[in-house]
Amino acid sequence: MSTADPIDSGRAADRLRAGDSRRPAPASGGSKSLGGVAGWVDDRLGPAKGVNYLMKKVFPDHWSFMLGEIAMYSMIICLLTGTFLTFWFVPSAGHTTYDGSYIPLQGVQMSEAYASSLDISFDIKGGLLIRQMHHWAALMFIVALSAHMLRVFFTGAFRKPRELNWIIGCILSMLALVEGFAGYSLPDDLLSGTGLRAAQGFILSAPVIGSYMAYGLFGGDFPGEAIIPRLYGVHILLLPAILIGLFTAHIVMVAVQKHTQYPGPGRTNDNVVGFPVMPVYAAKAGGFFFIVFGFTALLAAFVQINSIWVYGPYDPSAVTAGSQPDWYMGFADGALRLLPGWLEFNIFGHPLSLNVAIGALFLIPIMYGAMAAYPFIEAWVTGDKREHHLLDRPRNQPTRTALGVAALTFYGVLMFAAGNDLMAIKLHMSINDITYFFRAGVFILPVLAFWATRRICLSLQRSDRNMVLHGRESGRIVRTAEGKFFEAHEPLDEYTRWKLVGYERQAPLELTGGVDAHGVADRSSRGAKLRARLSQFYFGTHVDPVTPTELAAAHHDGHAHEAIEAAGESTHAGSHLTALSPADRGESSR
Amino acid sequence: MNALASRRRHPAAIALLLLLGLFVTGGAYAALAPKPAVAAEASSDQIQQGKQLFLQNCATCHGIGALGTDEGPSLAGVGAAAVDFQMGTGRMPMAGPGIQAPRNVPSFDAEKIAAIGAYIQSLAPGPAVPDAKYTSGEGGDPGKGGMIFRTNCSMCHNSAGAGGALTRGKYAPSLHNVDAKYIYEAMLTGPQSMPVFNDMNLSPEAKADVIAYLKTMHEEGNPGGMALGSLGPVSEGLVAWIFGLGILIGAAYWLGQKGA
Amino acid sequence: MTTHEFPDADSAGVVRLDEGHHPGDGKMPAEFENPGLPPHVHRMADHDDAGAKRAERQVAGLFGLSMLGTIVAMVGYFAFSTEHRSWVPGLGHVSTTNLLLGIGIGLGLLGIGLGAVHWAKTLMPDEEVVEMRHPMRSSDEARAGFAEVMREGGEKSQLFRRPLLKLSLGGAMGLFSLPLLVQLLGSLGPLPRNNLDVTFWDGHPHEGEDGKQHRTFEHPRLVTDPEGIPIKAADVTIGSVYHVLPAGLLPNADGEGGLEHGQLEEKAKAAVLLMRLDPTEFQDTPGGKKAKEWGHDGIVAYSKICTHVGCPVGLYERTTHHLLCPCHQSTFDVTDDCKVIFGPAKRPLPQLKITVDDEGYLIAAQPFQEAVGPSFWERG
Repeated sequence: MSTADPIDSGRAADRLRAGDSRRPAPASGGSKSLGGVAGWVDDRLGPAKGVNYLMKKVFPDHWSFMLGEIAMYSMIICLLTGTFLTFWFVPSAGHTTYDGSYIPLQGVQMSEAYASSLDISFDIKGGLLIRQMHHWAALMFIVALSAHMLRVFFTGAFRKPRELNWIIGCILSMLALVEGFAGYSLPDDLLSGTGLRAAQGFILSAPVIGSYMAYGLFGGDFPGEAIIPRLYGVHILLLPAILIGLFTAHIVMVAVQKHTQYPGPGRTNDNVVGFPVMPVYAAKAGGFFFIVFGFTALLAAFVQINSIWVYGPYDPSAVTAGSQPDWYMGFADGALRLLPGWLEFNIFGHPLSLNVAIGALFLIPIMYGAMAAYPFIEAWVTGDKREHHLLDRPRNQPTRTALGVAALTFYGVLMFAAGNDLMAIKLHMSINDITYFFRAGVFILPVLAFWATRRICLSLQRSDRNMVLHGRESGRIVRTAEGKFFEAHEPLDEYTRWKLVGYERQAPLELTGGVDAHGVADRSSRGAKLRARLSQFYFGTHVDPVTPTELAAAHHDGHAHEAIEAAGESTHAGSHLTALSPADRGESSR
Repeated sequence: MNALASRRRHPAAIALLLLLGLFVTGGAYAALAPKPAVAAEASSDQIQQGKQLFLQNCATCHGIGALGTDEGPSLAGVGAAAVDFQMGTGRMPMAGPGIQAPRNVPSFDAEKIAAIGAYIQSLAPGPAVPDAKYTSGEGGDPGKGGMIFRTNCSMCHNSAGAGGALTRGKYAPSLHNVDAKYIYEAMLTGPQSMPVFNDMNLSPEAKADVIAYLKTMHEEGNPGGMALGSLGPVSEGLVAWIFGLGILIGAAYWLGQKGA
Repeated sequence: MTTHEFPDADSAGVVRLDEGHHPGDGKMPAEFENPGLPPHVHRMADHDDAGAKRAERQVAGLFGLSMLGTIVAMVGYFAFSTEHRSWVPGLGHVSTTNLLLGIGIGLGLLGIGLGAVHWAKTLMPDEEVVEMRHPMRSSDEARAGFAEVMREGGEKSQLFRRPLLKLSLGGAMGLFSLPLLVQLLGSLGPLPRNNLDVTFWDGHPHEGEDGKQHRTFEHPRLVTDPEGIPIKAADVTIGSVYHVLPAGLLPNADGEGGLEHGQLEEKAKAAVLLMRLDPTEFQDTPGGKKAKEWGHDGIVAYSKICTHVGCPVGLYERTTHHLLCPCHQSTFDVTDDCKVIFGPAKRPLPQLKITVDDEGYLIAAQPFQEAVGPSFWERG
């Protein structure tokens, strides 16, 4: 730097600049090898090191990790197609008379929003395709994020250090529902308008502030002229901004914490095994984006969705049979169909419409609250404070899996209840009977699902144990010299075996006394007792992984396997249990 | 002064004037009032044939004089239109017991149905089979028909006419592939759970508009692709979950597999 | 205590677990160990030139499919008008541009995606790479450094030394967003006042001298929806159902009149269903008796707006005299003053008392005596 021409350092100002270099830095070996554009950017921002690091990042390869990607790509497709739609859609409830090319609606009075949606569908080339791509991508977005959420739950990927990401995911999921609802209400057709009418009814049911909230949101009487433009602002600006911000935080966290991976040979809690971004993952993930996009386009080419011209413009005195919201609001609609009318009470002359409020106002916050809180509940019950980067096979966490399936069953009953009238006509049943069945089912079926799932998980674990101990049935029948027939079993190779035994032994938490030396009860003992009981509920019945000794025993003596099984499965009864060894609860990783 | 004017104070003049007034208004009403849209009249041979057929096939449930029994309602006043609808769509004779008579293959040909219709019409007057000009679908205004349809019909039959559920296992059937004549008659006679849309409620022109709307809807087809039964978001959600997620998971699985 | 008895595997090669405890000698590990990455399986393209060439051709083919798709899309866009329909087996009458554009764009994208993935699977390295993790937790020094920076910063700001600063900051921060919230919530919409209690049956809304909305009841005629034709009592036959609005809301049969503004808003409260029953069919309950009394000769009028969440209760079952709401299946019994007999609604539909005027047309005898539609707190 000091090979520059000397600046006259007589004046103070010049002395300050004495160290400035006059010539550009000589080209180093590194910058010469960088291409034109990349070099230009690097000269100005210096991102080479960071980009290096990102390009070498390793991502594990499993199809179930792509579910979140499907959601992300679908959201991007929605952003793209949605932007196109904003060029033609008119977000106004102002009245107009239709004079486009769709004959059955010519001369009919309707809102500008509806008329512009008809124009997009019939008079703008490719408009129908873009509209259908937008709606299909929106459905796939929520389908994929729900499947992704289930995967994360059932594999325990929400455990430390990913609790925050789980909460962000729950918020994303909830906002996606609202975004979808706002979106399909924009065309102001009969079906979505009926949904808005129901939404106004929900808001009215809120105690004390209901009518004020309803008049505030709709800007007056229902339907009013404000709701369409307001939903538009929410749908194209407010929610996409929040969704993009949250989802960016979501994937940055994944990059920082590195993706989890399934247990397997070579995979430990301290590494990530997979492929680097450059070139494999860039090609695979980038290619998958094109696959999702292309599939969405094909879906929009072949399958019609939201045929607004059939429903007609919104009219508060008309309705269509088979009025349902889009699938992701189905669970709330089903709850409203199942809640009985006697749940509306009169308190001091005011109606308390729990028949509406429970399903319309309380259900979503309670559901999402429970979901968001789950990682903390499970961490408290298990007392597990370690970082987890290896996923659980769902069968190895029978109680968590069973709880998840029970919750899913509850959700599923509500969702299917929203289709009760379609079930009635397609299956030739009485809609009243279907409703009674679901009313009972919403309580009974989750319990049954919990019990059945837990038993199935435990059985699968036992079947894994058997596979390890006895090997794979080879199909070859062997006859010994004594005349005995048996089927030869092939022992598993160590890689396949590792998949079946590579999980941690579980045991319920111990209860440390609860009573001190003088017989005085520990003040925190009630919390501890609850914790121990929950821990017992979680891990009381468990199937341990096969140990090398058990395997050796099985190989050497064919009769010993009964004894091994009896010893491997243990049930812990009572609260005086063995303390978990430090190794089980400490920082060790496998 | 002419002869008529000179007799204007004759006592009979006021009576004649009143009579003239009555004839004029009555005649004007008869000429201008909305007429029921009837087809040709029946002949007495036809009525006899109809009576025979009725006694052989219908009287068991509907009674000898069509006045009803425990098994079937009275047919007094239902009109030939109801007979044409019920028998023409195969709903009657009812194939088996049930909460509702479903559409079926008709058991009788058009001639016999017309005969039974004539017989029932002769017992007590009721709505007659509509004139073809109202049921051809030509000349009706589909825009107006659509507005009428959405207010009066889509809540039971669905916006696309795909059908809908009623209580206790009853249902409003699909309107697809239904002859326009039967749609008209159904509106006019209100079969089973369906209300009656008489000609004062929906005039023949209004009914023709509805038929024009349904015809135009059918011709418009499903521009966006497969309509999935026109059942709305439920079928779309099922396609997204089963077909959409299934194929994309398949693609993801293929992506992760080790190459050959 | 669970007893995992680990027998000594050395004893004569035979081990039984039911023999009791054998002291272990530590030779067997307590758990299996991770065997490490499995050996790499070579792909055909890895060691076979022909295989690699074949893979390259397959990838190129897929990219070529993409280019073909683009051409199809272009043809679909330029060669057909928006009105053009094609009949496709399995699909029906579909829009040709929609189909061709969609197939073209779909293949155009799919070709790239499938090609890129196939390229990664066949030609790009498929040896698994291992990246080590580090604990997420920062080092103790970093943590201490952070704590120190924050503590020092707090001290240098003198925040904790000066409670007045802290208090006033808290006050300002706590309050500054209030006007923004107040503006938003306060200006979103008007107060409901009595809007939920009145309908167009009460009369045309007009602003009085006190600035409030007033309506004057004028015995409006019942007219059909959507045609606006007044209804004569004699025209309502048994088994009929009429969808009704008050006169003056919609333009009449000649297209005159009707509300300029607020038509949908008034419709949303004023929609009424008119049915005629045989007078003997009304039940002998107080509700049934009142229903008959408020009707006219077996003709009864009820609000069409469901008392559950406001969908129009349009389905009238003629034979059972039940009204069904299609949204959540609330069922109302017309013979018993539209009492709820199934479903999530609680309150019966409000009845409109009707009579006839001197020309025989049906008119409202009085406006609705209670608020129509869903329950709300002030309804009482």
